[in-house]
Amino acid sequence: MTRLVPQEALETDGAAPGEPIIVMQGVNKWFGDFQVLRDIDLSVERGEKIVVCGPSGSGKSTLIRCINALEEHQRGTIDVDGIRVTHNLKNVDAIRREVGMVFQQFNLFPHLTVLENLTLSPIWVRKLPKAEAEESARLYLERVRIPEQAHKYPGQLSGGQQQRVAIARALCMKPKVMLFDEPTSALDPEMIKEVLDVMIELAEEGMTMLVVTHEMGFARTVANRVIFMDEGRIVEQNAPEPFFTSPQSERTKLFLSQILSH
Amino acid sequence: MSTAPDTPDRSSDRRDTARRPPTPPPVRWVINNLFNSWFNGLLTVLLLWMLLELVPPILSWLIFDSVLFSALGAEEPAAVCRQADGACWAFIHEWWRFIIFGRYTFDEQWRPALAMILALGLLVASCDRRLWSKWLLIAWVAALPLIGVLMRGGIFGLPFVPTTSWGGLPLTLGLAFVGLAVAFPLGVVLALGRRSTMPAVRGICIGYIELIRGVPLITILFMASVLFPLFMPRGVTIDQLLRAQIGMILFASAYLAEVVRGGLQALPRGQYEAADSLGLRYWQKMRLIILPQALRISIPPLVNTFIGFFKDTSLVIIVGLVDLLAAAKHALTNPEWRGFYQESYFFIAVIYFLFCYTLSKYSQSLERRLNVGTRR
Repeated sequence: MTRLVPQEALETDGAAPGEPIIVMQGVNKWFGDFQVLRDIDLSVERGEKIVVCGPSGSGKSTLIRCINALEEHQRGTIDVDGIRVTHNLKNVDAIRREVGMVFQQFNLFPHLTVLENLTLSPIWVRKLPKAEAEESARLYLERVRIPEQAHKYPGQLSGGQQQRVAIARALCMKPKVMLFDEPTSALDPEMIKEVLDVMIELAEEGMTMLVVTHEMGFARTVANRVIFMDEGRIVEQNAPEPFFTSPQSERTKLFLSQILSH
Repeated sequence: MSTAPDTPDRSSDRRDTARRPPTPPPVRWVINNLFNSWFNGLLTVLLLWMLLELVPPILSWLIFDSVLFSALGAEEPAAVCRQADGACWAFIHEWWRFIIFGRYTFDEQWRPALAMILALGLLVASCDRRLWSKWLLIAWVAALPLIGVLMRGGIFGLPFVPTTSWGGLPLTLGLAFVGLAVAFPLGVVLALGRRSTMPAVRGICIGYIELIRGVPLITILFMASVLFPLFMPRGVTIDQLLRAQIGMILFASAYLAEVVRGGLQALPRGQYEAADSLGLRYWQKMRLIILPQALRISIPPLVNTFIGFFKDTSLVIIVGLVDLLAAAKHALTNPEWRGFYQESYFFIAVIYFLFCYTLSKYSQSLERRLNVGTRR
């Protein structure tokens, strides 16, 4: 069976093995007058699985979107695998090649078939020959358990299938880090599991993952660390067990009581 | 999905008919659909009356009372026509070559005819995606200069025909085709520019679009024809036809830009972000992801603009070019044939309609085909 996580993702290149792959220092971001991120300090180890949770509007999506420069931060520094996130297009391109992203709304390209969705970026950005890109795309489709859908269009698939294609599409670029922005929030309940299963496999194989989600079961089984955000700040972070059983701040307790009481 | 609620209704309807005493189906249909309320009944009667009033006179003008063969042999066909009540198709028979080809040298009119057939043939072939290949591109590259040589002449023993003598349908088609072929890419670039994050690029594009859109086409044609030469260095003259063509391109590109921008804005932001997150560069993102979807969404308004532009070419009459409409008007100035307006305008209306209707039908089939993958 092919691995979901490419060997390259586990290699450390030039950097020392113990060195964190993502380092955010004093990151601040404003939307107009509204401050969405306040003094974020965060470092992510290679292979670490981090779940980010918090009430809506707390800045958790913005946080991970700053990492691959989908959003611009105004103050502080972000380094991804030793590359600084700046305006510099060269840096942005390099970072996006190392960081895959999965969106809440899947964001598959509806005018392209599943296979074309998967091979587009390897062909145009990584300059792989078409045959090679297709071969690796098929392997990933098999791993996310939908090899038979290669020639369908995204609109013909269920939500869960679309999200699995989206994960495979990101993996085709052989990223070192995967960002998940509420990957199961737009799914029908019975499809959540099939997507989480793929994510769990990915985690077990050692991928570095930052996952914004409210799936606390996923956080318990997979995460090394859970981060709780509110009003643009990291309020609390801890390993899942102590995080859920003995939260420190009142805000975290309130949040957990609200999402776990059902 | 939408048919689901209908199904029970229809079956109950069928059950009703089974119980009722049998009525002959056509009569029942008429009662159910045309006279099911006093208002609909009134409308039906009114429409029938209008049809009765309008159709027979139109038919008799067009066909039964019209003059075609009886006048052809006559010494003065126009005189025969004037005594008839119906349309004088002898006028079209007499003047069609002038209306179609304008003042183009009579004996050389096979050249614009051939050029037109060549261009239209390639255009039709290009509409079929299965024929897209390197050879089609080569055919276009070869055909365009050939069309130019055919129209202009001056080499290969073809007598020179200046652009001032070009006219009629080839001129109309040429202005529309060249105009759209240049204005469309320009419009796409303007639309992208207007959504650019670079303030200078955006400013220039907005300025251009708003300036051009705020001015009537006639004014632009006048300016291209009268004002433009004033700014040129002494001794440099630009062909009148070219000036009009440039004016039309400027005009069309501004409108097409706004149509394309509509399509760009209709796309969810996620499409841009997904392309960004995969590391695609700006132009790759636009060409591979954004424009294919935005243009597909824009097909109906695009074709609307195309058709409008095709008909707007008739405004070049204002700068002295003899397009299809102008040629028809010129034909009417002949003393012998003065006054056959209806026939003349009817004739060119049919030509305009054929082209516009074909374009519209093609766009519909294109929409159907492109929707296959994205239909939910």
